[in-house]
Amino acid sequence: MNNMYRVCFHAARQAAGLKASRLLQHRAFRASAMHRQQPFDSSLEKPQFPGASAEFVDQLEFIQPNVISGIPVYRVMDRQGNIINPSQDPELSKETVLNFYQKMTLLNTMDRILYESQRQGRISFYMTNYGEEGTHIGSAAALDPSDLVFGQYREAGVLMYRGFPLDLFMAQCYANADDLGKGRQMPVHYGSKDLNFVTISSPLATQIPQAVGSAYAIKRENANRAVICYFGEGAASEGDAHAGFNFSATLECPLIFFCRNNGYAISTPTNEQYRGDGIAARGPGYGMMSIRVDGNDVFAVYNATKEARRRAVAENQPFLIEAMTYRIGHHSTSDDSSAYRSVDEVNYWDKQDHPISRLRHYMTARNWWSEDDERSWRKQSRKMVMEVFERAERRLKPNPELLFTDVYQEMTPNLNKQRESLWRHVQQYKEHYPVDLYDK
Amino acid sequence: MMAAAARFLIRGANPKLSISGGGTLLKLSPSCSSRTKTQRRHAAHFTYHPDPVPTQYGPTTKMNLFQSVTSALDNTLASDPTAVIFGEDVAFGGVFRCTVGLRDKYGKDRVFNTPLCEQGIVGFGIGVAVAGATAIAEIQFADYIYPAFDQIVNEAAKYRYRSGNLFDCGNLTIRAPWGCVGHGSLYHSQSPEAFFAHCPGIKVVIPRGPVQAKGLLLSCIADQNPCIFFEPKILYRAAVEQVPVESYTIPLSQAEVLQEGSDITMVAWGTQIHVMREVANMAQEKLGVSCEVIDLQTILPWDVETICKSVVKTGRLLISHEAPITGGFAAEISSTVQEECFLNLEAPISRVCGYDTPFPHIFEPFYIPDKWKCFEAIKKMINY
Repeated sequence: MNNMYRVCFHAARQAAGLKASRLLQHRAFRASAMHRQQPFDSSLEKPQFPGASAEFVDQLEFIQPNVISGIPVYRVMDRQGNIINPSQDPELSKETVLNFYQKMTLLNTMDRILYESQRQGRISFYMTNYGEEGTHIGSAAALDPSDLVFGQYREAGVLMYRGFPLDLFMAQCYANADDLGKGRQMPVHYGSKDLNFVTISSPLATQIPQAVGSAYAIKRENANRAVICYFGEGAASEGDAHAGFNFSATLECPLIFFCRNNGYAISTPTNEQYRGDGIAARGPGYGMMSIRVDGNDVFAVYNATKEARRRAVAENQPFLIEAMTYRIGHHSTSDDSSAYRSVDEVNYWDKQDHPISRLRHYMTARNWWSEDDERSWRKQSRKMVMEVFERAERRLKPNPELLFTDVYQEMTPNLNKQRESLWRHVQQYKEHYPVDLYDK
Repeated sequence: MMAAAARFLIRGANPKLSISGGGTLLKLSPSCSSRTKTQRRHAAHFTYHPDPVPTQYGPTTKMNLFQSVTSALDNTLASDPTAVIFGEDVAFGGVFRCTVGLRDKYGKDRVFNTPLCEQGIVGFGIGVAVAGATAIAEIQFADYIYPAFDQIVNEAAKYRYRSGNLFDCGNLTIRAPWGCVGHGSLYHSQSPEAFFAHCPGIKVVIPRGPVQAKGLLLSCIADQNPCIFFEPKILYRAAVEQVPVESYTIPLSQAEVLQEGSDITMVAWGTQIHVMREVANMAQEKLGVSCEVIDLQTILPWDVETICKSVVKTGRLLISHEAPITGGFAAEISSTVQEECFLNLEAPISRVCGYDTPFPHIFEPFYIPDKWKCFEAIKKMINY
């Protein structure tokens, strides 16, 4: 096989008349000329392999896997919300910081209510964002609203920051007639064309090479836009992650890979997910700029994303941000994480190292936020969520006609036939189908 | 993937390319005939029937199938500034020469190589299309499309539906060389259309020759749904027709009746059409049987009406494809026709297909649904 490949590669070169083969001939000529003039000195030889620029060595030595290890974690605030290095303070206005805080806590409130509603059987499924609010808000705030977002499924805060109304979150989770996705997907699979947030799909990591393709098309438009692609450290094990990293580097795409390393892929801890130094360590292997940040420090996330975004667009190259965080909630409503991690561990992150409490410390120290503010905001946000929640629950489900549309852009003859056959059947057996719950 | 072997095969078949030193290495003993036994494997199992020269689309020029594909891509790149073409080795013209000259004409940002990764190619193509540009992805062989199966089936096919029509990748077309080639063995011969026929949301199209290839490929590119376009690679050089130079489209999801007949309907697509045409002549000459030959062209969504109308007339149906018979697309056609035309049928519907084995290298002459197997099936149906 090897021989075959070489032979045909050579043929291909000849056929295409590539300059490379001339270059090789030239090198060969130079080498033999040198040979004639002076005694052979092997130390002068340089590797000529097309696949790597390197030096020869004469000692047998394997590269240690820890050649990249202990990539530091960039942070701006300590756990008490103090700015560590003033040069890194993003110096955001009070209004902006309050907005960060309100979005993070509103997300938290929405999570609590929807989680509860699933427990009561009102919606079929839910996934909370507890503990990862800093990664969502910090990154979303650093982007331009026109930047295209490819999410995984635990990035509701990004959409909330962009202004997706609570009504539409609820409509999606209830799959009611207001759902932009027409009731076709499980809860938390949000999407918004207006807010440049590509609709979530369940398969993991499929969005990664797609984000690269979009970034490539956007680069060709020359419109000062970037793409951000979110995924977890578990999804980074999928083949699609490798594909996306490699394509983005070779095709020079203005793209930010944002990995939420939250410690668990359902129950699988990181030490069973990968060897090596996390996800950021993979960046150099792909020839990609990388950084690791404290995901529970919203300012660190903001700074890293902002700079990555600026350079991605200016230089047409991808950036990899690994935001270290912790998934405080269960994976989903179908999971009970007490089966695989201790309550103490969860409590540590919930009580000692939470992105919301860290930002609150920062605000409190500046007298931007009082106990009273907190109480009244908590009450107000809960009321807002409960109101839309009740509205969403009362709303009818989408018209069943929507079962058949959007498979193709046009209705096909066989789908028309199947649709008509369903209606005839439902007319005949009305009492067995929940027709009254659906829009007509 | 393992495409290196195939490149060798393809290049080996091209007399214009000499492999340096090869001529002196292979010395045959005098007892070894220059007409070796293995040369026979190159004898095609079909006779190519060119289409008539189209008159309705302006001036034509002589093209083989790969050149007609290039011509379609050339028209697209010229008319659509967002269009990009990418895949393994497409920059220098592709291992089957389908993209020759396009990079030099349109720039390396529009016709470019990707890393060797099929799931990446399709995922990337979906993303290009989601951003509103036209994506034409090449998978080097249909046999290597499976790493991209998830991106095609779970992503491309469902993009519009799952987003409530907020997002779609209708601008994506995936091209892949397809079908037997005489010496392609397990991994350079497959016809995987049935896998994708089970997947609502994509279109699957297979042409029978250069004129159809260009018109159907341009339809796939223009169509606002993700399309897979399988190109019969045995026809890349073997099929030559007068092909219109300008852009034109041939409607998708419409079968074409190539030859009218009264006794039996024969349905096929791609290379197998040419087998069917020959069998139709044999049946007429040897059995006095009048065959109606239909090229299905689009596998999904397929043209039920044209097939059923024909079967109502003839009362008999023969379907033939190279892919294994069990779960092949002939099964779907057979089932639908049986439901729609039960009382019109004079004989059981017959399928002449590949066996339920991997595609066998040296046994290809026995494996393929050749004219004699199809001829025998007709005899049986007429005498039923």
